[in-house]
Amino acid sequence: MSLMTHFLGAAGVLALTTGAALADPAIIFDLGGKFDKSFNEAAFNGAKRWADETGGSFKELEMQSEAQREQALRRLAEAGSNPIVMTGFAFGDVLNTVAPDYPDTKFAIIDMVVEQPNVKSVVFTEEQGSYLVGMLAAMASETGTVGFIGGMDIPLIRKFACGYVQGVKAVNPDATVIQNMTGTTPAAWNDPVKGSELAISQKSQGADVIYAAAGGTGLGVLQAAADQGILSIGVDSNQNHLFPGKVLTSMVKRVDNSVYEAFIDGDALEPGITVMDLASEGVGYALDENNEALITAEMKAAVDDATAKIASGEIAVHDYMADNTCPVE
Amino acid sequence: MDLATILQILDSTVRLGTPLLLACLAGLFSERAGIFDIGLEGKMLMAAFFSGAVAAITGSVLLGLTAGVLSSLLLSAIHGAASITFRGNQLISGVAINFLASGLTVLIGQKWFQLGGRTPPLSGDGRFAPITLPFAETLREVPVIGPIYYELISGHSILVYVAFAAVPLSWWLLYRTRFGLRLRAVGENPAAVDTAGISVVRMRYAAVMICGLLTGLAGAYLATALSAGFVKEMTAGRGYIALAALIFAKWRPVPALGATMLFGLLEAIANRYQNIDLGGVVLPVQFMQALPYILTVVILAGFIGKATPPRAGGEAYVKER
Repeated sequence: MSLMTHFLGAAGVLALTTGAALADPAIIFDLGGKFDKSFNEAAFNGAKRWADETGGSFKELEMQSEAQREQALRRLAEAGSNPIVMTGFAFGDVLNTVAPDYPDTKFAIIDMVVEQPNVKSVVFTEEQGSYLVGMLAAMASETGTVGFIGGMDIPLIRKFACGYVQGVKAVNPDATVIQNMTGTTPAAWNDPVKGSELAISQKSQGADVIYAAAGGTGLGVLQAAADQGILSIGVDSNQNHLFPGKVLTSMVKRVDNSVYEAFIDGDALEPGITVMDLASEGVGYALDENNEALITAEMKAAVDDATAKIASGEIAVHDYMADNTCPVE
Repeated sequence: MDLATILQILDSTVRLGTPLLLACLAGLFSERAGIFDIGLEGKMLMAAFFSGAVAAITGSVLLGLTAGVLSSLLLSAIHGAASITFRGNQLISGVAINFLASGLTVLIGQKWFQLGGRTPPLSGDGRFAPITLPFAETLREVPVIGPIYYELISGHSILVYVAFAAVPLSWWLLYRTRFGLRLRAVGENPAAVDTAGISVVRMRYAAVMICGLLTGLAGAYLATALSAGFVKEMTAGRGYIALAALIFAKWRPVPALGATMLFGLLEAIANRYQNIDLGGVVLPVQFMQALPYILTVVILAGFIGKATPPRAGGEAYVKER
């Protein structure tokens, strides 16, 4: 009997949810957390902008552990959310298995390519943005040594590193770039203590500008750099305001725009691969009142020149993920 | 490798080893009294959160430290109640504390600051500043000793010196006082202690509380001295490494210092060099990161001496059967 009521209840819930299929969009944040001052927060800002402008509402879900991914996706899809946007490469495999089960639902994934007929993949040319901040780092550096601190050691982060090194070498071919990865597990995104130790270690080896592409760990890097009197470069969101005058610039990835556009498209979301690059202003470097004193007119001119050349194809920045190698060290 | 590099690595070792040392000593007191504690991680995390949060609100690092220690003591009391008074399974209670801390810190942090579980960055009096020891500046020019004194010994936060002072203090307390003798006896043969007319329950609670105090210091050190604020899951497994160090040190205070500093050194080296080239053989950085665990397994397997845990460890004491 009680089993029967369970089934009836479930059927009732199912009927209700399908009835409500005139869908709100949904967004799932990755393990870094919604307010990471970086990647996920940018995504959240995009969603919020959509809600403010259209007066619509959206569902959101924050991952707490690796094991939740599939369940979270299925739950949102079954609840009728459409489109469902997810932030982060780690959703790739899961989405590949889940997407075919919900052919009427549109999905958008950021930072990863998933080839399914109902999935829009948004990828950014991080190597181009990193190239620009690499140029700035090399021009701001007095020692000729700059640093890079990555989060978890994955190809995506190597892509940041590779673009950065290319930018540094474009300005100063003799420059040394010290590279460190925080770790090989997702814990590497949330270890500011280690980030700060890595920054201190790089400083003692002569680095005076350090680029952190490491989520929450990056906050430790920026903190240590500010404490030690050297410069740092933020990532994903504009992090210049965290330590005004101590953060040289930030490599910004307009994740917010992508989420906003996906929400605007709604049901009509166009599947396929979208590449957000310098030309479409998907990536870039941040210049605001917090760092204007650090970026000289000369530096700005050089970077703007490079921006135009990359956009026109005159400068080709190598993408690490294309062949998993980097031409420069 | 020159002296300056070695000093920088050792300096980093001290910073990275200190939270491990405090947590390891904490575990030592608890386990020596027969209460296994795998909740070190959770207690550190909780203390890191409350020290960071209260320091951010009040602007005073000492109030932050107090709040951190109190929160850690509270978790210790819960662990004590579950495993001493109610004779529950100590491992399960410890795991529960880890989960509780992991969830509560983010939840409360979000409620208070709306920063997704982070606390606002600390500055000025909200953090423990490095202490420059007397004569550090004047002795700096003296060859060898000067740099060692200036770089390595001077310039740490007060909690580092507290942690190092806690080593001889723990040794003295455990091996030279009546309290220490009773504490160790409670972990080996509680029935004998009970026969002598000493309360097993009270001794065990005392040990668990000392454990809470020390993990509180460790957590506060992470959030208010090493970094400037709390970030979710910021302990990043240090509580478990401290447990490994405890086994490595065979539950003794002075070797605990050696073990934690060794683990700190391994991490410092891994931070400095991504891959170590030993004349043809390249040691990947992952190997260095895994080394503390490998060493612990080797010790447990009995290759280097024998690590015998306290005999009554993990068992609740029942007065009469």
